[in-house]
Amino acid sequence: MIKALFEYQFLQNAFLSGILASIVCGIIGVIIVEKKLVMMSGGIAHTSYGGIGLGYLMGFEPIIGAFLFSACAALGIGYIKRKGGTHSDVVIGLFWSLGMALGILFIFLMPGYPPDLSSYLFGSILSVTKADLYLMISLTVIIMFVIIALFNDWKAYLFDEEFATIRGIKTAFLEYLLLVLIAMTVVVLIRVVGIILVLALLTAPAAAAGMLTSNLKKRMIYSVILGMIFCISGLWISYVINIASGAAIVILSVICYFLIYMIRSIRRGLEQKKVATENERP
Amino acid sequence: MSGEYAVHIENLSVHYGQTPAIMGVCLDVSDGEYLGIIGPNGGGKSTLLKAILGLIPISSGNISIYGGNAHKNRSLVGYVPQFAVLNRKFPISLLEVVLTGHLKQGLSPFFRYSSKDEESVHALLERVGIESLANRQISELSGGEFQKMLIARALATNPKLLLLDEPTASVDAASRDQIYGLLAELNKNMTIILVTHDLLAVSSQVTRLACLNGQLVYHGEPELTEKVVNNLYSCPVDLIAHGVPHRVLRDHGEE
Ligand SMILES: Nc1ncnc2c1ncn2[C@@H]1O[C@H](COP(=O)(O)OP(=O)(O)OP(=O)(O)O)[C@@H](O)[C@H]1O
Ligand SMILES: [Mg+2]
Repeated sequence: MIKALFEYQFLQNAFLSGILASIVCGIIGVIIVEKKLVMMSGGIAHTSYGGIGLGYLMGFEPIIGAFLFSACAALGIGYIKRKGGTHSDVVIGLFWSLGMALGILFIFLMPGYPPDLSSYLFGSILSVTKADLYLMISLTVIIMFVIIALFNDWKAYLFDEEFATIRGIKTAFLEYLLLVLIAMTVVVLIRVVGIILVLALLTAPAAAAGMLTSNLKKRMIYSVILGMIFCISGLWISYVINIASGAAIVILSVICYFLIYMIRSIRRGLEQKKVATENERP
Repeated sequence: MSGEYAVHIENLSVHYGQTPAIMGVCLDVSDGEYLGIIGPNGGGKSTLLKAILGLIPISSGNISIYGGNAHKNRSLVGYVPQFAVLNRKFPISLLEVVLTGHLKQGLSPFFRYSSKDEESVHALLERVGIESLANRQISELSGGEFQKMLIARALATNPKLLLLDEPTASVDAASRDQIYGLLAELNKNMTIILVTHDLLAVSSQVTRLACLNGQLVYHGEPELTEKVVNNLYSCPVDLIAHGVPHRVLRDHGEE
């Protein structure tokens, strides 16, 4: 594969998009897992399907439509959650299915033969184009900049929103900003693993990193590294045995998560046993 | 008029949706005072503190802090939240938590804590008695240590008024005495409002007591008048039914 990587442009694009995806899902994934926004992210991701359908119908780049729809979903869900009155998981569920339904409707309204949307649903890292890549690079840079520049504010906001508010930190702004960053992350990930599989890549590396360290910055870095391992090896597996890349990456991520979980449980068990036997000795 | 008060509350009502949490509360806290607030679960004590801090919208009434708009002057207020509401597994160290008390208002891109900030935080940790735990992750702290960390964080903001929501819940007797000792010392140059279920300890601590159960059932200088006792009895607090307020009132009434 290494040789092929130098030879084929599409493999280079795939490799690079895997790296970009790992960076954003490492950083944002840790926040999503800590802030319990997993379902919210699922809603934002699935709503983007409507944008893809609209893009095809109106004849503009579907990924732009995806970004518009997921950003609107992010702000809409955030607004209703903030105003209160309804449980946010109800709103998330509504946006989730509304987005999918609109996507189906727009595709149905398209004249002629319907396009194949499976690359958006399940990802198709091997068909990432130069244009996709430029979009992914700019979104990744924006996400990294926003998180790094405001890191101390983020830390205070994520740990204790009330206290941050009292200190005069603009927590409402941070909340909406975070939701928009999630929407951006989703767009970066759609090409790699697809709308339906986004959640796995957002949670598995972050949750696995959570078992390895309890320092926020380190957790993000570990999560990025784990994401890279999952993406690159998933890509390699899919290339070698010729299966869908998104599926390979997701299955690998989830298996690795459970492996790390099991190893940790076994180690803890052994440590406890050791302590117990030491205590038994006089 | 209200300038001399640390907190001046007029006819405050707060609703969650349709349900009222507190109704028609009037309360003045003078500068330098140490007010204890007791009351049953769901009596609206936390709600009152959050209303003072402007964290929840109020339905009617008026709150001012040091004679000014409550929202504008809330930088003068330190807040120790009810401990159960925070994520104790969050990946952050004790030192980092206390440092957030030094964050600047608004958003400050590329903000780094100064070495002066760190020094003053270390001094504070020393004072609260958790200096040795500075670099511990909060997931490895005991309940009492966590509570002291929240107090240190509130003090790091250098407040004139300190609001504490049950700071001695889940704290052992020694730490509790230590916290009360610290509060008594802080009271020399800080106004304190303490919400607690710990009637026994509070009786020997505060300069004034208020009992909140939706409305302010009792509030004022603790004098043992018949009216006050009757008022207090109408406050349906389980604890109070066990005769503890006699002590509270006697301790203060016979001073
Ligand atoms: N976020 C909320 N949404 C709806 N109702 C709430 C909310 N927070 C509090 N309440 C209700 O408001 C009332 C007052 O609650 P509050 O938390 O102020 O009580 P408390 O006196 O602090 O009780 P505790 O001693 O248990 O801490 C309760 O009936 C509670 O159910
Ligand atoms: Mg409370």
